[in-house]
Amino acid sequence: MDVTQKVVEIIAREQHLDASKITADSTFAELGIDSLDGVNILFALEEEFKLDIPDTVAQNMRSVRQVVDSLTRVLEGKDVSDLVAMAKGETTATTS
Amino acid sequence: MRRVVITGVGVFASTGKNAGDFFDTLVHARSAIRRIRQFDPTPLTVQIAAEIPDYEPTDYFPAKRLDLLDRFSQFGLLAATEAMESSGVQLRDEERPRFGVVAGSGMGGASTFDTGYFNLYAKQATRLHPFTIPKIMHNAATSQICMEFGAQGPSLTTATACSSSGHAIGEAFHMIKFDMADLMLAGGSEAPITFGMIRSWESVRVLAIGNGDPSRACRPFSADREGLVMGEGAAMILLEELEHAKQRGARIYAEISGYGLSSDASHITQLSIDGPARAVRMALAEAQVNPAEVDYINAHGTGTRLNDATETQVIKEVFGDHARRLAISSTKSMHGHTMGATGAIEMVATIQAVDRGVIPPTANYTQPDPECDLDYVPNQAREKAVRVAVSNSFAFGGLNAVLLVRRFE
Repeated sequence: MDVTQKVVEIIAREQHLDASKITADSTFAELGIDSLDGVNILFALEEEFKLDIPDTVAQNMRSVRQVVDSLTRVLEGKDVSDLVAMAKGETTATTS
Repeated sequence: MRRVVITGVGVFASTGKNAGDFFDTLVHARSAIRRIRQFDPTPLTVQIAAEIPDYEPTDYFPAKRLDLLDRFSQFGLLAATEAMESSGVQLRDEERPRFGVVAGSGMGGASTFDTGYFNLYAKQATRLHPFTIPKIMHNAATSQICMEFGAQGPSLTTATACSSSGHAIGEAFHMIKFDMADLMLAGGSEAPITFGMIRSWESVRVLAIGNGDPSRACRPFSADREGLVMGEGAAMILLEELEHAKQRGARIYAEISGYGLSSDASHITQLSIDGPARAVRMALAEAQVNPAEVDYINAHGTGTRLNDATETQVIKEVFGDHARRLAISSTKSMHGHTMGATGAIEMVATIQAVDRGVIPPTANYTQPDPECDLDYVPNQAREKAVRVAVSNSFAFGGLNAVLLVRRFE
């Protein structure tokens, strides 16, 4: 399964966008995806791939590439603690 | 004292998808009550409702927008759009903080709730769609309307069951009168025709069954009445401070000059005589109108045995001998009981009665009831100048709202 292609398809479907306008380098900001849209896309990904994306991992998903990378690691059962740590670091940085 | 006039009218209902069609249907005494089509109602005892016919959301909204709109918000937006367009108002940015929205709803996003819980409990879904909350919240319609029209002023949602949109219009009227705003979109919307909601209402034993002859099922004030019929829809009106309206040469449909509200504080479902009577008197007092000046009452008139008999007593209590001379009708006989939208939908009928000098009838009236012995304008519209009209909204919970409009002079 090509994860990138599937992610692009889902983003296109949920955002009612033309899939040809979305590339692996597209950021959420460029695609006009706001915070609520992002939550909706996560929900669709979880449904599609039958998995749970932890909130801490989800916080790092702000571009197609970030989504694909994080998702691939979750799918392969790889350790995502660095993503979690990064998310926590960001949280600390924004609150301090 | 600041005066408030109605300069825009919008309605999206089973009896018409705009104000003109809506009123024509009422004047012709045509009921929109049919067998339910949104889902298969066969397992239900009550299989009828006043649904909006041939409604396709994609005819009105882009797909992306629809993702976040429950049916009740869609109806609210459609009615608000007509109200704004009919008013011809063009707002400047600096006016937006003086322009607000008050919309009522008794049930909020009922169909989103129903679908979500079906997935959760029946299909064992482990999570619900992330748009569930922004769609079901009671203020969703109000907020969507605010965003659509850039209303940045005083805005809120009323949830007082079947009085919701009566209160919405009354509160908006006072916001202009007491100088918190110059323009207000006010009304309500409801989309309660879901399997779960009909089942819930069935068990209260207030619904007319009438599956064999749906269009005749709702017979307010008639001796053979059997109950209310649920409906869906929305109505929004644009209220405007008089000088503001005059300056831009607005068409004025009517003036709103009285609002009364009260609480029965007695029973959670059974209406009292005293509570509604106090609300009617409060509206008359604010408008400085003598009871004998009232020409028409658009009744709450649900079609239940209890409501119609009690409402008749309320009218006799407030109006005395004049109760026998004024015209009373219940348009719920045609557009059904649209719950949180009903006060606004009936206000549109009331405004049009004042504006056009035609009183819509109580449809399906077959025989007099000794407990309901006033003039209910049975079955045929009546041409009559209406200088002052009152619209009643009473509700489960005993929170009453009464609005008074008069011909603008």
